[in-house]
Amino acid sequence: MRFEYTVTTQNFTTAGEASSNTKKTLKLLGIDSKIIRKASIMAYEAEMNIAIHSEGGKILLDIEPGLITITALDQGPGIENIDLAMKEGYSTAPHEIREMGFGAGMGLPNMRRCADTFDITSNPGGKTCVVMTLTI
Amino acid sequence: MADYYHSVILMEEKCTGCTVCMQNCPTQAIRVIDGKAHITPEKCIDCGVCIRVCPYGAKSAVTDTLKDLEAYDFKVAMPSMSFYSQFPGNFSKTKVDNALKTLGFDAIIDQSYYAEVIAYHLGNLSEDPFQEKPMISTYCPAITRLIQLKNPELIKNIIPIETPMEVAARLYKENSAAAHPEGSIGIFYISQCPAKITSIKKPLGLKKSSLDGALSTQSLYPLLMQILSHREDYDQHVTPVYLGESWSILGGQSLTSEIEASIKVDGIDEVAKILDMAELGKLSGIQFIETYACIGGCVGGPLNVENPFIARYRVESRTRGLSPIDTGEIEDNFDFNALLWDLEIEPLDILGLDKDLTVAMEKMTRIDRLVAELPGIDCGACGCPSCRSLAEDIVQKKASLSDCVFQKLQGGRRNESL
Ligand SMILES: Nc1ncnc2c1ncn2[C@@H]1O[C@H](COP(=O)(O)OP(=O)(O)OP(=O)(O)O)[C@@H](O)[C@H]1O
Ligand code: SF4
Ligand SMILES: [Mg+2]
Repeated sequence: MRFEYTVTTQNFTTAGEASSNTKKTLKLLGIDSKIIRKASIMAYEAEMNIAIHSEGGKILLDIEPGLITITALDQGPGIENIDLAMKEGYSTAPHEIREMGFGAGMGLPNMRRCADTFDITSNPGGKTCVVMTLTI
Repeated sequence: MADYYHSVILMEEKCTGCTVCMQNCPTQAIRVIDGKAHITPEKCIDCGVCIRVCPYGAKSAVTDTLKDLEAYDFKVAMPSMSFYSQFPGNFSKTKVDNALKTLGFDAIIDQSYYAEVIAYHLGNLSEDPFQEKPMISTYCPAITRLIQLKNPELIKNIIPIETPMEVAARLYKENSAAAHPEGSIGIFYISQCPAKITSIKKPLGLKKSSLDGALSTQSLYPLLMQILSHREDYDQHVTPVYLGESWSILGGQSLTSEIEASIKVDGIDEVAKILDMAELGKLSGIQFIETYACIGGCVGGPLNVENPFIARYRVESRTRGLSPIDTGEIEDNFDFNALLWDLEIEPLDILGLDKDLTVAMEKMTRIDRLVAELPGIDCGACGCPSCRSLAEDIVQKKASLSDCVFQKLQGGRRNESL
């Protein structure tokens, strides 16, 4: 089954909802709390990246027996150098975003650490798509 | 299934079925069925919000009474940390203690001393690399239960040290065992909240509480005020005041444990948000989250009587300028290992729709379909706190679609047009 959460760019009031809804849904489905924690971290970091670094997008949560898939899709502007973006501590977040406590350059590395499989595709000037799975 | 004990109860005769408690319950544990509120025991965390908000005083806490003291030869009172702040400034701690003795207690235990002992070890734990951070204390039992229910992954962040109340009672009994053998001594907590009462009747992390009962501050207050206002000859000696008394106000645990990297949160909704952030790993650098279910800390406890902000002022005035207990004294007298609780705190996995994922998914699909049919205004007339919770209850066979007044009306109109 699929759940879809829209993420609006630069909206920090609603940012975090995809993650908290993911948590609520998985809790209702009786998923193990360790998995729930990982899934909420993955969803949270993904939606924050969409809100901060992109022009907006969505988070998809797919649940099937044995597998949870979280997909983050946005409208661009894409990532210049994925290898660099994946490095711990690398961030292009502007000053005002850092003031808000984001921009440690830990989001993508954390997503990869939590996920069982992690896949990111992006083109400079194009869309970014992150697909992450957790085996349950 | 685990048996759930709760000290929060409903007095049916006073309940009008108004839904105020249901709308305010932070864990959505209340339903109104046939015009009366019902608490779902698995979900209740004994925070006492319903006691506070009920316009008809229909929610209360099960407590012992002064009559129950009679079962013991030696009767000891242990006032809550916020107890003395309930009395106007001219009633000193000594006066209040003496008034308690007039009520029938033989001795008074001051747990604020033990709060400082625990604070010292809490401070040490903050420097222990093996202790999961941010740490959370078990001081507010409502929050411990909230974590069991909603954030089980944070159970490992809960510090393994008993509460001041338990340490104080256990040591008191151990030290006076010669004079007062077990069974002859009764220690009664004078409680500011139902959560503490529940933690005595059904403790977490302990096989058995060292306390024997609990009375509410609310119930003793008028009696004590009467005694206090009629007697003037009270100040024979001066009971010491400890900095530990500040555990009754937001910030007190951080202050006494000297942990600077701490977040201090009060009010169950705000605590829930901070716990979620901790679970997301977003509180790096924070050593301790000091949490209270009640606004302002325990001074805001639902069984207290005074305005929490006035009470806070009194705690601040009384503890200002006090120096902490000498750390040498603590190290010599209180072994860290003797302060640890003896049982694990278990997660409460009860929020799932079904044990079988496929069944749970089917139920969730049905819930979503039902939600789409319901008006979505969360009016509460069905006896559930939201349209979604009605949908969940319907799927779990605890309610039916006709409980929704809008569904009923529509059904009616459709019938008319036929
Ligand atoms: N969806 C996206 N679109 C465009 N650029 C992105 C996107 N996600 C990440 N990036 C780029 O990759 C960098 C690293 O991302 P990462 O999430 O690891 O760190 P951050 O978002 O900068 O900081 P943190 O996640 O710790 O708050 C970002 O600074 C940004 O330049
Ligand atoms: S904050 Fe204090 S008074 Fe309120 S529920 Fe927790 S322990 Fe009780
Ligand atoms: Mg990020």
